[in-house]
Amino acid sequence: MTEISKFIVGFLVLQGAFLSLAAAIGVLRLPDPYTRNHAASKSATLGVLSLLLGVFLYFWLLKGEINSKIILGIIFVFITSPVAGHLIMRAAYNIGIPLWKHSVQDDLKEKKRKESRE
Amino acid sequence: MRRTNRKTNDVILQTTVQTVFFIIVIYSVHLFFSGHYTPGGGFIGGLMTSSAIVLLLLAFDVKTAASILPVNYLYVTAFGLLAAIGTGIGSLLYGMPFLKHWHGPVHIPFLGEIELATATLFDFGVYLVVVGVTMTIIQTIGETE
Repeated sequence: MTEISKFIVGFLVLQGAFLSLAAAIGVLRLPDPYTRNHAASKSATLGVLSLLLGVFLYFWLLKGEINSKIILGIIFVFITSPVAGHLIMRAAYNIGIPLWKHSVQDDLKEKKRKESRE
Repeated sequence: MRRTNRKTNDVILQTTVQTVFFIIVIYSVHLFFSGHYTPGGGFIGGLMTSSAIVLLLLAFDVKTAASILPVNYLYVTAFGLLAAIGTGIGSLLYGMPFLKHWHGPVHIPFLGEIELATATLFDFGVYLVVVGVTMTIIQTIGETE
């Protein structure tokens, strides 16, 4: 039991660290703010969630104490982090940050042009 | 960027704030009550409560947030100071020095034996002062045009 839980905890923590690293590499490598935010908000959210779940399981299975604050943190990050990404990207679009030069479709452009003409 | 006050659709932000507000308030109350034995206390609990109200201010405008919580935060500050001083005065009534605190098991109906401390009342004063001062500062800055 202890060995299995150690394995699961180690897997979750390593997975969280790897996903955070992948998010950081994505922020460095991707071409425009929208794709960078795609990498940062999604991958970092799942990374932090995995890390927190690993910490929760470590204290639950190996130390025998249930810390509900970590569960609350998981729920909180899961709710708020995508919303933060959405708001940042909407602000970026509204002040006119251009899309990547190879992107083919921009459905919001028409509406934005109409609004700015009013 | 010609117009900065363009009306945008804030449904996602407002719905999220309506959910997250209660999580933050409950967690701040937890921080306030857990201050005696674990990290926490009146200061950080008050800061978290006021951060929840700031989240309301961000998602809605100042008038809507004031209609949701119709509180004059200057009175909250004054009441917090009164609560903090009152716990100090209360020990004078028993012939003890100023701000002498007690703690011990108290029997409460329906709840049983609970370890209560009068330091919690002082902490509640700190909590109210922190909420009042923070919200007064933010509302004063936010309302000046």
